Amino acid sequence: MMKARDLVPPGELAGADHDTPAPPGMGRPTILPALLAIIAGLLAWNGVLWAVALCRPLWWLALLGNFVAVVLLAERLGRIVPPRRRRAYERTLAFGFPVLALVAWQGIVDAGILSPTWFPQPTRIAQALWDLTVSFDRFSETSLFGRPWRMPAAFRESGLAGVWALFAEGHVWATLGRVAAGFVLGAIPGIFLGVIMGINQTVRLMLDTTLSAIYVLPKIAIFPIVMLMFADPFGEGPKIVVVALSVFFLMTINTMAGVRDIDPVFVMAGRNYGASGLRLFRHVIIPAALPVIFAGLRLALGTALIVIISVEFLRARQGVG
Amino acid sequence: MRPSAAAGPNAVAQARPAKIVARNVCKVYPTARGPVVALDDFSLDVADGEFVCIVGPSGCGKSTFLRMLAGLDAHTSGTIRIRPGDDPGKPLNAVVFQEYAVFPWKTVLENVAFGLQMRNVPRAERIAIAEHWLERVGLRKFANHWPDQLSGGMKQRVGIIRALANDPEVLLMDEPLGALDAQTRIVIQDELLRIWEETRKTVVYVTHSIDEAILLGDRVVLMTAHPGRLLATFAVDIARPRTIDTMNTAAFVRLRGQIWDQLGREVARAMEMQS
Repeated sequence: MMKARDLVPPGELAGADHDTPAPPGMGRPTILPALLAIIAGLLAWNGVLWAVALCRPLWWLALLGNFVAVVLLAERLGRIVPPRRRRAYERTLAFGFPVLALVAWQGIVDAGILSPTWFPQPTRIAQALWDLTVSFDRFSETSLFGRPWRMPAAFRESGLAGVWALFAEGHVWATLGRVAAGFVLGAIPGIFLGVIMGINQTVRLMLDTTLSAIYVLPKIAIFPIVMLMFADPFGEGPKIVVVALSVFFLMTINTMAGVRDIDPVFVMAGRNYGASGLRLFRHVIIPAALPVIFAGLRLALGTALIVIISVEFLRARQGVG
Repeated sequence: MRPSAAAGPNAVAQARPAKIVARNVCKVYPTARGPVVALDDFSLDVADGEFVCIVGPSGCGKSTFLRMLAGLDAHTSGTIRIRPGDDPGKPLNAVVFQEYAVFPWKTVLENVAFGLQMRNVPRAERIAIAEHWLERVGLRKFANHWPDQLSGGMKQRVGIIRALANDPEVLLMDEPLGALDAQTRIVIQDELLRIWEETRKTVVYVTHSIDEAILLGDRVVLMTAHPGRLLATFAVDIARPRTIDTMNTAAFVRLRGQIWDQLGREVARAMEMQS
């Protein structure tokens, strides 16, 4: 292996095309020249653009070139990562790149290429977030996280009730509470109906078209109607119900698909070994459909957040939206 | 060793009382283009303790027939009867499906004890029975593994003892080794022979492999395709206990030739009909 490397003239390696994969068994030795070549290319690219003063008007081209170079670099490095460091490498890519993107964003706005009005720098966003966290809106009596630093004092003064009062003023907790309540209220009946529609063809044929039609209806559109149904249109009820509705339809359709997809051999085996009725559900149908149901719950959680934030934009004193 | 083994085709069934009686069984599927006959006037008697193999081209309705025996599918006409044993608590039948029918959400032990659990056998007792069966096929130390952690052959061992743990009157096997690779299949065939020698269950075994049918069975039943009818019955007069080496004996090879003579034509006909 070591011999093989020595036989290759170094000049040939330095000039090698970046996209040519390293020959097997020679991965590590050939990497270094390629890395240097990429870094040289990166510097040359930025240098040339800067020298001809095109860096500003063609900033997106520079960005694109840098992105390509970063991808090439990471790919080369990935080939020499030893297997036990593989996970660390993958995590670095997954979290390191967003950080790099934030840095680039910061730099581009700081350099005056993009307007900070439309694209405020990450540092300014973080500053605003911090201000929101430490401040208390006296007019609406809300804060972002419920002023956690005051919780120990509140606990000493008035016990759990004091801590609860602080939690109740937090925007984030209000949103999460609505999502949690709506999620549970929608998912349980949704899974229930989905299972029934999955196993009973009659119920499925009767309800499937209707459900599919209502499913595509934007829930924000029916929010005003839901509001009017409640004695307190501006309370928590309508918001939770809208979240529950969107979760319900998604879970019904998803669970139905999951139950219909169960390999019939599992149901036959279950019946043959004496399972029937509720036990067939408990031991065969539900566990067989569980992977799909959980995938559906994950999707539904995302949908619930989207719905609640759009509802809060529309009509809420408190909440993230 | 077995007086009936050397006699004519139906001698086995006559020597001992019939455990399974299926008479003139028909299965007709109504479709939009008219009824399709899957199984036409099929009769089969299986004696107590007999191992019967059903072989036929794909689409001959052999699996359908097995499911009707198991009560998982309804027949259109005819009668199917499995004679109950002395103990009314025992299930009439248990089916061994292909290996992927082992529940992946239950551990090996829970899979084996599943039938007992469904029949409300107390927990300690059903675990003891399941462990006994796991021991017999050398899977004791995999009791708490998940099926996905096992190889295909080990999974199918679980599938087989999941049925046997119920101590059914009749064991029904639906191409149980069909999805296994050739080498694993030989190992499991050997194991099946050993287990059957020990238990002497009444077995109906559906397969598409002639070798497997002759190796395992007391009798090989051939079927035609579209519609499924009885084509011929062969008694396997090869002494037990058998092993994989039995496949090299002259009697085995001769019988395989005779069976292929009949089945080969039928397979060719079935292929033409499908094209």
